[in-house]
Amino acid sequence: MRLLIVGANSDIAKESAKVFAENGFDLILANRDIDGLKDFKKDIQLRYNKKVDLVELDLLELSKIDDFYHGLGEIDGVIIASGIMYEQSEAFIDNQKTLETININYTSVVLLLNLIARSFAKRKYGFIVGISSVAGDRGRKTNFIYGSSKAGFSTYLSGLRNYLFDMNVQVLTVKPGFVDTKMTANLDLPSNLTAQPNEVAQDIFNAYKNKKDIIYSKSIWKIIMLIIRHIPEFIFKRLSI
Amino acid sequence: MELNSWGMYPKIKSNITKLSQIDLNSYLEEIEEFIPYGNGRSYGDSALNSNILYCKDTNYFLDFDEKNGVLKVQAGVTLAEIIEVFVPKGWFLQITPGTKFITVGGAIASDIHGKNHHKSGCFSQYIEEFSIALVNGDIKRVKRDDELFRATCGGMGLTGVILDATIRLKKINSKNINQITIKTKNLKETFEAFDEYKDYPYSVAWIDCLASDDDIGKCLLMVGDFDDDGDLDYKAKKRLNIPFNFPSFALNNLSVKAFNYLYYNKAPNGISKQVVDIDSFFYPLDSIRNWNKIYGKNGFTQYQFILPLESSYDGLKDILQTISNSGKGSFLAVLKLYGKANQNFLSFPLEGYSLALDFKIEKGLFELLNQLDKIVLKYGGRIYLTKDVRVSKATFEAGYDKIDIFREFRKDYKMDIKFNSLQSKRVKI
Repeated sequence: MRLLIVGANSDIAKESAKVFAENGFDLILANRDIDGLKDFKKDIQLRYNKKVDLVELDLLELSKIDDFYHGLGEIDGVIIASGIMYEQSEAFIDNQKTLETININYTSVVLLLNLIARSFAKRKYGFIVGISSVAGDRGRKTNFIYGSSKAGFSTYLSGLRNYLFDMNVQVLTVKPGFVDTKMTANLDLPSNLTAQPNEVAQDIFNAYKNKKDIIYSKSIWKIIMLIIRHIPEFIFKRLSI
Repeated sequence: MELNSWGMYPKIKSNITKLSQIDLNSYLEEIEEFIPYGNGRSYGDSALNSNILYCKDTNYFLDFDEKNGVLKVQAGVTLAEIIEVFVPKGWFLQITPGTKFITVGGAIASDIHGKNHHKSGCFSQYIEEFSIALVNGDIKRVKRDDELFRATCGGMGLTGVILDATIRLKKINSKNINQITIKTKNLKETFEAFDEYKDYPYSVAWIDCLASDDDIGKCLLMVGDFDDDGDLDYKAKKRLNIPFNFPSFALNNLSVKAFNYLYYNKAPNGISKQVVDIDSFFYPLDSIRNWNKIYGKNGFTQYQFILPLESSYDGLKDILQTISNSGKGSFLAVLKLYGKANQNFLSFPLEGYSLALDFKIEKGLFELLNQLDKIVLKYGGRIYLTKDVRVSKATFEAGYDKIDIFREFRKDYKMDIKFNSLQSKRVKI
């Protein structure tokens, strides 16, 4: 079994890599900076005795995604764990940052998943895990550039799941709430709503095992987002959340 | 994230920073004072302060020399992780304490010891080298003959942030241990049994500390060694969970008495033999994930002291009598024979006997412990900082003859400005 992890330097990606390696997967770790992953590669090899390949991938170079894909070889599954989140106030006034957000969180991974999904569909097996975000469930004034890129990604995954259902390919959408990672290190997060990266990774593996479609992590976020999605727009637009 | 120590006392609010998420240099520059924190298994306030640097998730396995069993890991790796990976390959830890849920960094900071101290010494004896970030951000690779080695091993995290360590593992040919249990009737018999079985690499005794008069010091002594049957099929056991704090009245004199009675009496009289696995032999309490909750929400502490060999018998008799008179039950009382002390400034072990007692925090406890302190000092003993939450400066320093060297060392390197715990401030290290 061979698993591709895109955005492998993220905390959730690394913890997921460990859980899948522990359960028998060889890994391809794709990231912009692979030098930073050398110690991690050694760690996985020592702990789990699994094969690990490091492959360079810059998601902002959209024209190179084809070549990246064709260099991969056979894979059984993929986890898309890449993502970028700028402060809304910064991204809003900076086209470069807005474009990076959209291209890293949406455009690039859609291009890549198009290729992977077509090959999985043809051979009729495989699994695709996309790490989206609760921020994609509804646009809020504090985070709507990042949020809309994740909304696009969630919608893509939902359609992909529908398309691949007949081809025996699982598509799992993961929507983490707050997670204690490098990305959120400067935010003051409420501890009872905040997952540790290894909890999210375990949730992902369980959901893959149990053929789930969409999971929230922590699961309490399913209820929170259910409520948030159902607030009427004429009220929602007045809120600061 | 909220962090406590294992005793869940005291409970304080801290600013927690993860080593994995920051640039250590700028943290060291900006932060006022802090203490590194591993997996929070020290019992008291050794790893607590208003600022905590959480180190456990900086935990790569970095290298392994299969021929010589030499392992290099980042300091956040836990002993449990090492065992899980390396027991199936025929390697075990040279030294392990009674829980495997401690980090390598914590093992160094406490210079931990285990059931084989009388034969094999402390954790530091099997460290080839380690690296540590000093107060100015410099990263030093520390060798065995460096002064920084003697200060850091047992130094309670007060010399810097331990980043990685290279340790020697122990070759084993089985995950099973041949155990012999010896039931004794009083302290005299207990000492005789320790002496008789001192050639076994592992030994530890459970003492019924509510026994009184002639029965004082009766125990179950458990000794053992690894089998040679080639069975290395080790998988960590699933653990039970205690989902909530027990009400604090659950553990009282009566229930402790009942437990001790049952535990002592279920073992056969005299000498018996068992084959047990690594987890049951070394880590009996780890099978319950958070057994610390049985002491209730007020928490508990462990009182662990050691007495020199020549005064051990009289001192223990005195102390066990005092505890028995007080009627304060200790659920767990663990007695152990130790080998020679090492050169580290603050390592706990010295040649003699150590007793460790768990007590729930309640009215009157600290008065009893102050009373015990006096007896410990009278017999030339000392207190283990890793378990402590209340010892006074005077009692602490009377037991450690190298404390002033350590204090000077900290001053010279300006470590005393940045690296502090509630404990280090209390006992003025």
